[in-house]
Amino acid sequence: MLLKKRSFLAGAATAAAMTALSTGAAFAQDDVTKVGFVYVGPINDGGWTQHHHESAMKMVEEIGSDKVELVYQENVPEGPDAERAMTQMALNGADIIFSTSFGYMDPTVNVAAKFPDVKFEHATGYKTGDNMAAYSARFYEGRAVQGTIAGHMTKSNVIGYIASVPIPEVVRGINSAYLHAKKVNPDVEFKIIWLYTWMDPAKEADAARTLIEQGADVILQHTDSTAPLAAAQEAGGVIGFGQAGDMAEYAPSPRVSSIIDNWAPYYIERVEAVMDGTWESHNVWEGIDTGMVGIGEITEAVPEDVKAEALAIKDAIASGEYHPFTGPIKKQDGSVWLEEGEVADDGTLAGMMFYVEGIEGSVPQ
Amino acid sequence: MIFLEKRPQPSKTLSYITPVLAVLITMVAGGLLFAILGKDPVAAIRIIFWDPLFGEFAFYYRPQLLVKGGPLILIALGLSLGFKAGIWNIGAEGQYIMGAIAGAGVALALYPLEAWWIFPLMILAGALGGWAWAMIPALLKVKFGTNEILVSLMLVYVAENFLSAMAIGAMKNPEGFGFPGSRNLQQYPSAHNTEIIAGSGMHWGVAAAFIAAILAYVLLNRHLLGFQIRLTGEAPRAARFSGVKPARLVLFCMGTAGALAGLAGMFEVAGPAGQITTGFNVGYGFTAIIVAFLGRLHPIGIVLAGLLMALTYIGGEAAQSALQLPAAAIQVFQGMLLFFLLAVDVLTNFRIRITLGETA
Repeated sequence: MLLKKRSFLAGAATAAAMTALSTGAAFAQDDVTKVGFVYVGPINDGGWTQHHHESAMKMVEEIGSDKVELVYQENVPEGPDAERAMTQMALNGADIIFSTSFGYMDPTVNVAAKFPDVKFEHATGYKTGDNMAAYSARFYEGRAVQGTIAGHMTKSNVIGYIASVPIPEVVRGINSAYLHAKKVNPDVEFKIIWLYTWMDPAKEADAARTLIEQGADVILQHTDSTAPLAAAQEAGGVIGFGQAGDMAEYAPSPRVSSIIDNWAPYYIERVEAVMDGTWESHNVWEGIDTGMVGIGEITEAVPEDVKAEALAIKDAIASGEYHPFTGPIKKQDGSVWLEEGEVADDGTLAGMMFYVEGIEGSVPQ
Repeated sequence: MIFLEKRPQPSKTLSYITPVLAVLITMVAGGLLFAILGKDPVAAIRIIFWDPLFGEFAFYYRPQLLVKGGPLILIALGLSLGFKAGIWNIGAEGQYIMGAIAGAGVALALYPLEAWWIFPLMILAGALGGWAWAMIPALLKVKFGTNEILVSLMLVYVAENFLSAMAIGAMKNPEGFGFPGSRNLQQYPSAHNTEIIAGSGMHWGVAAAFIAAILAYVLLNRHLLGFQIRLTGEAPRAARFSGVKPARLVLFCMGTAGALAGLAGMFEVAGPAGQITTGFNVGYGFTAIIVAFLGRLHPIGIVLAGLLMALTYIGGEAAQSALQLPAAAIQVFQGMLLFFLLAVDVLTNFRIRITLGETA
């Protein structure tokens, strides 16, 4: 009985202390808005985390360092450590916290429940709340452009794909790249290697070499390091694309273009919304149209007509006149997914865990 | 000239003083490192060592010390038994993973049934999972004389891949829109490893760690088996003459370490982590090796070392976000701790002699 009472008191005291502090922080903010970022990798990983961080710094530059203060923590493991990192930021007066990896979803939910006055933004997840928004990018739009270039450029008709973690985002990317490569080159074949990691230069290099040995002369990657491009350069006669970052140091070849994550406009918009008091929770998915998905410069290694075709697709996607998943498209087992002219809905895309017809192998389950 | 002279007997006093000395030297060297990085060294050391304990937000950090230290202590206690006897289980990380998978597996199989016996069953499964994984290197060593260091270490990578397979396959949340990761056990009351006293950080795993420390103390000081463990480590030949059966000792030490690591994993997945995910393991099994040695392989020492290690993690994170120190600097700082501990250990076994002039 005593235990119960004490536990209640201790719990209540902590909760009260946290609420008091979080409201205190909101009052004490003066003119400076404190923005927290939690990163899964090091800020100089050349890929995912680096682009979140660069976008965050751009946000500070744009709004002005006298009005906004940036705090961040890098290399935060997904799980209880992330929960602590976010709690720490909230306790220290952060007004809005961006957690930039899928694995931070449940920890963000937990911390958001404890700090109702702090805003939370979680990248690439699906859970939201009153003070927790979700945001993600339509990377598959970039894959459509990439697939078009890849389909034209391959001479062996074998395209290697270094896949990271089997989640819908990655599967969407594979399907989109395949459909558009196939459209311009019906003989094209995809070889896919799953690495179960977002970044591991040694494994990525091994995967790239294996794919090249199997005849691939175009390497697409959904992992974040430059190792596959280095392997392509070493092999010679093989091209690849920058991922998350431009990876321009490998241009004009093997890097012939890239998919760039540009979060800056979104970060600016959301932080300003907090400053104006207009912030509201939402679940958004932005693409080439708002600039969240950028296409890096297509180099001179790509023939002019191919480049023009790729840019035309990019423009059509940006203007909304073309959707990368427009029917007729069949699933891998031959069943009809989209009828002629039918466009995929976001719900199906969000949970896409199947290959389209023509891709060999199966999605790891 | 400065000489190192071997002591006839390792110094008892110094073996207690050296860990403290190592911490102090780490503070100085770490402070220098932070100063070179252009950060205020005094502030950094204060944020790492003082603020989590006595600062403004200590009410939040103190419980977190238990959350972070609990698994480290539990695993290190198990490892220390083997280390004392010269049995090197380096694969606690794998045993931790397998314990978590076994424990979570029980819960996920029974979901959404609510019953009081689910959590105890998970504890049992967690211990068994870790024990079974440790039995592989143990049996191979006993039967075929393989090297337990290599086998147990390699099995970590096997366990990691098994974890990935579980997170994206058999244990994937059916309501997770195809994303990897299991259901969150924090939302499953019968399986949730709750805090015994809310807000204290004291979940059942932390309680288990303290109980294990007491049991280990009793075992080592009051029990024949504990005597045999110590004897085997200190004088293997004498141990054999006095009737110690090495094979039994290997099985016992590896098994206990595995079971405790498995328990730690199970308590973590059912509590603070909540989910089986591809990145569930964050290196507790390896850090526990440092904790075991920092604690002098002594149960009480390990409890203190585990809490200290937790403090460097939590304080280190605070320093990262408060001073924008790079994560790598904090890792270097933690590395220094072990490095200086090993360095000052020389003093336990050797005496420094300073002589002037010529020597023969």
